[in-house]
Amino acid sequence: MIFGIPIQAFAGQLLVGLINGSFYAMLSLGLAIIFGLLRVINFAHGAQYMLGAFIGYLILAKLGIGYWPALILAPLAVALFGVVVERLALSRLYDVDPLYGLLFTFGLALVIEGVFRYVYGVSGNPYPVPPALAGGVNLGFMFLPIYRGWVVVASLVVCLGTWLLVEKTKFGSYLRAATENPKLVQAFGVNVPVLLTLTYGLGAGLAGLAGILAAPVYQVSPLMGSNLIIIVFAVVVVGGMGSILGAIVTGYMLGLAEGLTKVFYPEASSIVIFVIMAIVLLIRPAGLFGKDA
Amino acid sequence: MNSAGPLLSVRGLNAWYGESHALHGVDLDIHQGETVTLLGRNGVGKTTTLRAIMGLIRKRTGQVSFAGKDLIRLPLHHTARAGIGYVPEERGIFSTLTVDENLMLPPVVAKDGMGVDEIFELFPNLKERRNSPGTKLSGGEQQMLAIARILRTGASTILLDEPTEGLAPVIVQRIGELLAELKRRGMTILLVEQNFRFASRIADRFYLMEHGKVLSEFPVGDLDNRMGELHDVLGV
Repeated sequence: MIFGIPIQAFAGQLLVGLINGSFYAMLSLGLAIIFGLLRVINFAHGAQYMLGAFIGYLILAKLGIGYWPALILAPLAVALFGVVVERLALSRLYDVDPLYGLLFTFGLALVIEGVFRYVYGVSGNPYPVPPALAGGVNLGFMFLPIYRGWVVVASLVVCLGTWLLVEKTKFGSYLRAATENPKLVQAFGVNVPVLLTLTYGLGAGLAGLAGILAAPVYQVSPLMGSNLIIIVFAVVVVGGMGSILGAIVTGYMLGLAEGLTKVFYPEASSIVIFVIMAIVLLIRPAGLFGKDA
Repeated sequence: MNSAGPLLSVRGLNAWYGESHALHGVDLDIHQGETVTLLGRNGVGKTTTLRAIMGLIRKRTGQVSFAGKDLIRLPLHHTARAGIGYVPEERGIFSTLTVDENLMLPPVVAKDGMGVDEIFELFPNLKERRNSPGTKLSGGEQQMLAIARILRTGASTILLDEPTEGLAPVIVQRIGELLAELKRRGMTILLVEQNFRFASRIADRFYLMEHGKVLSEFPVGDLDNRMGELHDVLGV
């Protein structure tokens, strides 16, 4: 017993919080990278997450391509979609007010979700847990479904990998420098327009990867992204717009905060993240990890 | 040595910041290995001239040709690739990059650039601080880094915007020695400088600018005869 709560219930809710936090972290990470460099608030992020899950679901249903290949193919397809969107549309909006980028991606999300809703309806479609990750282990104090453990590990690896890519590689140094001063980086001979395209593709691909990882946990449905994206925006605001480390840490933290609230005061669990957001905005408007606080 | 024609030739260069017409037909030529200084008061268009040559100002007309190549229609990133390195007035050191990353950032554009070891020999301070964030360096060190990162790329020509601004005399002297060394090595230098005593020690030729135009052009040997004019135009 912890504070009068059975340890199984406590650990179970913490795990749920950690799983949700894993998705918050992966999604807010992509949003933070895109916002940092492109100054675009990517409202299509939730739709791109949904696309990742749906592509996995569709290639399994129509072509019999299973989870492991889908783990590569779905993010690649979503990244490619992102590249096309950036080239055809977003790249034309950089010279106008950032609001246009926001409105464009918001509209794009509505269109994508509308099309999927029209074709597939709103009821969710189950995606089977891959056999290698089926079942669970009894940890003594709780039962851990293996797939959920895998999601936590995979998201940690993805977050760490992305952080290393941004902080430790040549590509990352271009990305950080162009986030500070894109014109100067281009004046040094770096093809910044291509860098912007690749970065949007990377962010969209991360959303797609989160989508396919989420498919066996949640139902694959056209609205799965729009349900999540509002929370993810709150995560980004709490972490600090554009801060990559902030997005990751805040994602896990708020997932856990949500889980803990479910244990102690379940009625508040769906608003706790927004309460935290409001408090952070009042005390530190730039976010916990943001600059110029 | 100038028989081959100028390396960088600018003709009738006009540039605008939004609606504001900043350059009104600038003409200038720089031959290979020459050091040329733009003189003029604040706001006459010296920095704008450098930015318009680089292509940082997109609203520009006229002709900018470098090594026989017309740059005016090319995207911004092609200027550096043609062999022109740029050291901006604000130095442009990136705060989220280490000294090392700042140094390695500009892509190599020609194979005879300086190696990293040679650069650290020339700038021992940078070597000591290679892992600190770029903006933690002193102003003088940041200026050295801004120049060093261009030297690594192998650019044949360097555009320097007020490299001595706000620096202590001992650092100014150090930068003067550095530019003299680059000149000895055959680098072509276009310098914007308020401190014309400093500029007179390294420049071969001067362009005097006023109201977004070139007012006059003269070699360093003419400097003494021109003092009256310089006093009038520069107010020194």
